[in-house]
Amino acid sequence: MDFYVIAVLTLDATVRVSAPLILAALAGLFSERSGVVDISLEGKMLAGAFTAACVAYLANSAWMGLAAAIVVSWSLAMLHGFACITHRGNQVVSGVAINILVAGLSIVLGLVWFHQGGQTPNLPNTARFTEIVLPGAEAVKNVPVLGELYYELIGGHNILVYIAFAAVPVVWWIVYRSRFGLRLRAVGENPKAVDTAGISVAWLRYRALMLNGVLCGMAGAYISTAQNAQFVRDMTAGQGYMALAALIFGKWRPVPVMFACLLFGFLDAVAVRLQGVEVPGIGVVPVQLIESLPYILTVVLLAGFIGKAIAPKAIGEPYTKER
Amino acid sequence: MSQPAGALPGWANKALLPALNIISAFLVTGIVFLMIGESPIEAAKIMLYGAFGYQEGFGYTLYYTTNFIFTGLAVAVAFHAGLFNIGGEGQAYIGGLGAGLACLALDAYLPAWILIPLAVVASALFGAAWAFLPGYLQARRGSHVVITTIMFNFLASSLMVYLLSHVLKDPGQMSSSSREFAEVAWLPFIHNMLAGMGISFDESPLNVSFFLALVCCVLVWLLIWRTRWGYELRTVGSNSTAAVYAGIKPAKVIIWVMCLSGALAGLVGVNEILGVQHRLLLDFSAGYGFVGIAVALMGRNHPVGIVLASLLFGALYQGGAELAFDMPNITRDMVVMIQGLIILFCGALEFMYRPLLVRLLSSKAA
Repeated sequence: MDFYVIAVLTLDATVRVSAPLILAALAGLFSERSGVVDISLEGKMLAGAFTAACVAYLANSAWMGLAAAIVVSWSLAMLHGFACITHRGNQVVSGVAINILVAGLSIVLGLVWFHQGGQTPNLPNTARFTEIVLPGAEAVKNVPVLGELYYELIGGHNILVYIAFAAVPVVWWIVYRSRFGLRLRAVGENPKAVDTAGISVAWLRYRALMLNGVLCGMAGAYISTAQNAQFVRDMTAGQGYMALAALIFGKWRPVPVMFACLLFGFLDAVAVRLQGVEVPGIGVVPVQLIESLPYILTVVLLAGFIGKAIAPKAIGEPYTKER
Repeated sequence: MSQPAGALPGWANKALLPALNIISAFLVTGIVFLMIGESPIEAAKIMLYGAFGYQEGFGYTLYYTTNFIFTGLAVAVAFHAGLFNIGGEGQAYIGGLGAGLACLALDAYLPAWILIPLAVVASALFGAAWAFLPGYLQARRGSHVVITTIMFNFLASSLMVYLLSHVLKDPGQMSSSSREFAEVAWLPFIHNMLAGMGISFDESPLNVSFFLALVCCVLVWLLIWRTRWGYELRTVGSNSTAAVYAGIKPAKVIIWVMCLSGALAGLVGVNEILGVQHRLLLDFSAGYGFVGIAVALMGRNHPVGIVLASLLFGALYQGGAELAFDMPNITRDMVVMIQGLIILFCGALEFMYRPLLVRLLSSKAA
């Protein structure tokens, strides 16, 4: 294969890997911008993946699976809100609880319902989100350079990939141009000021968590019904935490967050491609090193060595109204 | 964790509220059992028998308990300083690496009475080193310890996969694990020690690190409530601004507390690597670090509470294994779910019943 084809295929893989990260990171963005720490992206994605796989199989419809995943993930987000907003519980503890709860419960239920060791049955293509062939893609496939680009990189993805990328400008608009977004940013920085203006801090945060749940559910459904065709144990494999890292790496802003997700996705795609390959002049690069680069980069960024990541000021603090 | 207004008598705060929380967690567990068509009473009986009913089972229970005491103490020490160390998982993993490296390097040269203490120190040091960086970054660069410890869990896992598949792998083995240590590096099993005293006890992985765990509990108690360091630590935890005025340097406290926390988590490596596995392998720390969070929350960050909570989780782990054996519809994942529920009710929803109790008790008084 010539270099250009390899490059296009790697970028193609990058887009596929990045899509759920983008959805989950944008979910985290709503929550954290409102001042609620969300460690439970991972758990909500896993719950979404499990639900989507179950319902898509039983109803033979990927869309039903997606809807169910959104409902379940949304409920978990509300549980997070109930613990952290209503009862002012520790937000990190609540997130950890949701992650562990889902990791156990998904297998317990999967085992009882399908008797396949906690996995769900394989989905037929009719119950999955399959690749969309863009108009004219077949025709231009053989056009050098651009045809390849159009067929592989821009086309040939499932609908959720396009939704994920389309969500970025939408979220940007909500956060920076809508009234809700202005209040959202304010409540994450200074909830007291928002409260003084007569706006309910709790209701704002609940709404942020609702959006969070919807997006996480989509990310989960993507993993089990678009990227794969069933649910398996721990199938999110840390992608929720990766999304959290991307959220920080993108400094809690939609567009930079998308690029962080693309960067992390790219590293993943490269790691797969470099598996056991001798790089001239360097030798075999340990795949584990490339895989851990997103985490290393995030730690370095947080330490303030490459730019400074400043979190929303009121993050992690339960709001108590003065009496 | 903030406390809503309204006073509660001490006994309600210390006993009734936690009891209600635990009961809620087990109630929800019971509902899940009913949902999947198994009897919760029957399951509880099997679990109790599996955990305490016979010698081997009891040995396993205490062996799991040992790990949970270490990780529970690790989380609790950090909590007292207002830090949330989610990195117990990675610190335990790297602690095991420390113990393993010491044994792999020296087991041909040293007698047991030098090698084993050395390996114990190595596991604590490695665990501490893995927690030092997140602690340092929190104290000096302001990056949040929760996020960095999560990242360090992943880094630990990548590092171990690399080391065990490239550097330390035993060429004679198919799986990614190191060679077995020479027998001088093995911690004595309890059943062998008891046999030496003429008492017969069935074989189990329980080894002397259980006593090390108990010693650590006493030491942590002394440190936190009976020393100047402990005072500084608790001051930073409850109000770091006040600590500054009291002449305490919060940054310094944060760094050494994280190191201590990491060292305690690292000692899981002693139980697992020196005590049971006798070789380095992948994923030996499976989930113990996260159980530590549940244990610390349930034990209210006090060593006595932590021992009791660890025993409960040890029993759940061992009883869960028994349950998986007896009920085909159930796997060990049930225990993971219970763990999640306990963290949810005892941690995140800690104060859920509080307003209700305040109303009930005050109306009675009035």
